[in-house]
Amino acid sequence: MLSPAFLSQLRNLLPPHSLLHEREDLVPFESDGLSAYRNIPDVVVLPQNEAQVAAILQLCHAHKIAVVARGAGTGLAAGALPIDGAVLLVLARLNQIRQIDPLARTAVVQPGVRNLAISEAAAEYNLYYAPDPSSQIACSIGGNVAENSGGVHCLKYGLTVHNILKLRAWTVDGQLLEIGSDALDSVGYDLLALMTGSEGMLAVITEVTVKLLPRPDRAQVVLAAFDDIAKAGAAVGNIIAAGVIPAGLEMMDRLAIQAAEAFVHAGYPLDCEALLLCEVDGVNEEVSDDIFTVREVLAAAGATEIRTADSEEQRLRFWAGRKAAFPAVGRLAPDYYCMDGTIPRAQLPHVLKRISEMSAEYGLAVANVFHAGDGNLHPLILFDANTPGELHKAEDFGGKILELCVEVGGTITGEHGVGLEKINQMCTQFSTPELMRFHDVKAAFDPDTLLNPGKAIPELHRCAEWGAMHVQGGQLPHPELPRF
Amino acid sequence: MLGTLIERIRAAHADSLPLILQGGGSKTFYGNADEGEVLSTRAFTGVVDYQPKELVLTARAGTPLAEIEALLGEQNQMLAFEPPHFGGPATLCGSIAAGLSGPRRPYAGAARDFVLGVRMIDGTGQPLRFGGQVIKNVAGYDVSRLMVGAMGTLGLITEVSLKVLPQPAAQATLQFELGEAAAIEKMNQWAGQPLPLSATSWHAGLLTVRLSGATSAVHAAQARLGGEALKEASAFWQRLRDQSTPFFDKRPSTLNQGLWRLSVKPTAPPLNLGDAQWIEWGGAVRWLVSDLPAALLREHAQRCGGHATLFRGKAPVDGVFAPLAPALLALHRNLKQRFDPRGILNRGRLYPDF
Repeated sequence: MLSPAFLSQLRNLLPPHSLLHEREDLVPFESDGLSAYRNIPDVVVLPQNEAQVAAILQLCHAHKIAVVARGAGTGLAAGALPIDGAVLLVLARLNQIRQIDPLARTAVVQPGVRNLAISEAAAEYNLYYAPDPSSQIACSIGGNVAENSGGVHCLKYGLTVHNILKLRAWTVDGQLLEIGSDALDSVGYDLLALMTGSEGMLAVITEVTVKLLPRPDRAQVVLAAFDDIAKAGAAVGNIIAAGVIPAGLEMMDRLAIQAAEAFVHAGYPLDCEALLLCEVDGVNEEVSDDIFTVREVLAAAGATEIRTADSEEQRLRFWAGRKAAFPAVGRLAPDYYCMDGTIPRAQLPHVLKRISEMSAEYGLAVANVFHAGDGNLHPLILFDANTPGELHKAEDFGGKILELCVEVGGTITGEHGVGLEKINQMCTQFSTPELMRFHDVKAAFDPDTLLNPGKAIPELHRCAEWGAMHVQGGQLPHPELPRF
Repeated sequence: MLGTLIERIRAAHADSLPLILQGGGSKTFYGNADEGEVLSTRAFTGVVDYQPKELVLTARAGTPLAEIEALLGEQNQMLAFEPPHFGGPATLCGSIAAGLSGPRRPYAGAARDFVLGVRMIDGTGQPLRFGGQVIKNVAGYDVSRLMVGAMGTLGLITEVSLKVLPQPAAQATLQFELGEAAAIEKMNQWAGQPLPLSATSWHAGLLTVRLSGATSAVHAAQARLGGEALKEASAFWQRLRDQSTPFFDKRPSTLNQGLWRLSVKPTAPPLNLGDAQWIEWGGAVRWLVSDLPAALLREHAQRCGGHATLFRGKAPVDGVFAPLAPALLALHRNLKQRFDPRGILNRGRLYPDF
């Protein structure tokens, strides 16, 4: 519990209505996007500027009070789950776009700015911010940096770490760090990379300089159906071997296709085992060439049907089914778990076969959607939490899938982050000395373990249970947000 | 061989004896002077795994860059960050540890952008593995990228996995007679348009631009931009990458003259710090042969949003790299202390005090 004296000092640092302490005000902050994990915070602070952030950190540091930073609260790994006795530092009110420099192709933004708002503001210069996580209408850039967020365009345009230049961040004791620069590189260690994906464990970000890219002339998508998921997997590799780097390359299995079609009527073929969506973008002439190549490769790989979207409307319709896959699958069962492993693409047929075998063993159906271009697999395990033992079975199954991802040379999380949710699986992926080095990195920034303690990196004694994204009643938290 | 490297570092740690980590020795001129016995990775070679369809290559520390590039070339693929060889037998992990990238960097990304994972030995002799062989991976802190450009001061990289890319189907290099200010503006304007740019250079009144991509796209861009097509273009870009043109080869004519690399905001106006200048990276790197004081050059680079490094020449007293702000320096010391508690790895190479 936080003492009244501390709370009063905290309140004095902030303008009115910037500190929440009443239970009914605190409840909305009890979880992030992974609502299976809930904990009502002791206190929420909503600073409006950098100086207030620094003052809050200094005060908390002086009292050795932990701080959990939170952006828009759309994360899927309980990274922003409140911690008992800690201050929940919400950065949503730092929401100004400070500057757009069209000639240098950069935007300077505060952490609470929404991902999509950056591209909207840059649109008048025909520029955009490339990483596009599915929650981009709501998620904030500060959270994107904390999670190293991706999106469907990662293979070609990279993750957050590839698309930012500079951070203003504050150490646990309230000192300013300027990390990165307006140039393309900086001296010393690459702290920009270290900060990206650090899940609020190293410092608190108050400003981000992002790179902007010119909007491509044209984007076009090809849809292909296959009677065998292994053939679809091989086609993905063949497209890349043909020298094409698609802007998006997505795969769905039979159950996901049928659920999506029933939900949004995208016009998908239903008599197939796998569906590929391959989007190419770039200079007009290049897109024409690439579409031709992609169609040839898909035909040679044994696609049973190939369609090219010939209008923007059709392009969006092809995508609509894929983008609605999560809620569509959510209609098939009372609950589902979404996993987030990444595997080397060549392992896809093997991994899907193993998942299908395990599905039979556990008696739980699985729908698979796959960012095929970058190997990021989202198996959705269907279950009913009201059936005794099923939740536990689904969690167990999910853990086995993540272990399988590690076993074939992949990782337990491609884009959702570790947070509290996957903290146990970190023990599967990393050895004790490696985990110790992670704790060392943390200690180099935060020796008293006050920033988001207990998340992302497991204590060495804790290596036992499984965890996964738990979706209740087919409803993700923030059901209004697309998830794919 | 890996065992030998581990043993050497364990022994050096036990005895607190400094080691100089070395690959092909092609970049010994770069960074501050270090001290100790040389520990070479030259014998630890070999491509461990290369899956062209996965766009991933994994190889051991001492594998020559030239060998890797030849192997990739057989599959029409490449290291898109165009690492410099500097005319020497540059090795893979030496290139990654130095973190240097070539002409394609502003358009394709830097060495650090292509690193997917590393195996390394820290300063206590402990072998460690971070990242992996997949493109999307957010498990744990990004220690792999932390190693890029750390100049071996946090550990010996023994193996690295890199994302590779297809070679473009077509390339064309165009030249334009243009003054410095106009060239900087053009480079930035063009980078804001959907053009297949892959390298830019300005020197002595001549702007040189490389286009790479699908044949049709390169032709269309060429028609749009105009200029004179440069023959022998690949030799031009290779000489720039390896600094084997006479500009970079210039021996300092006085004791205090050095080759300075000013990394700045790409739109920074002309520096007006002397005529011996070569601009690269869309305006973001300005090479100067200069005898101006380090402090002045650094202040200038900082005003332009970046930093100045003495790339070749006699090091200033505070080292070749711009000094770090106190809060950042403290973090560097802390990290060094954790990864190499006795300070035995490339001591002083990055900053004189660690």
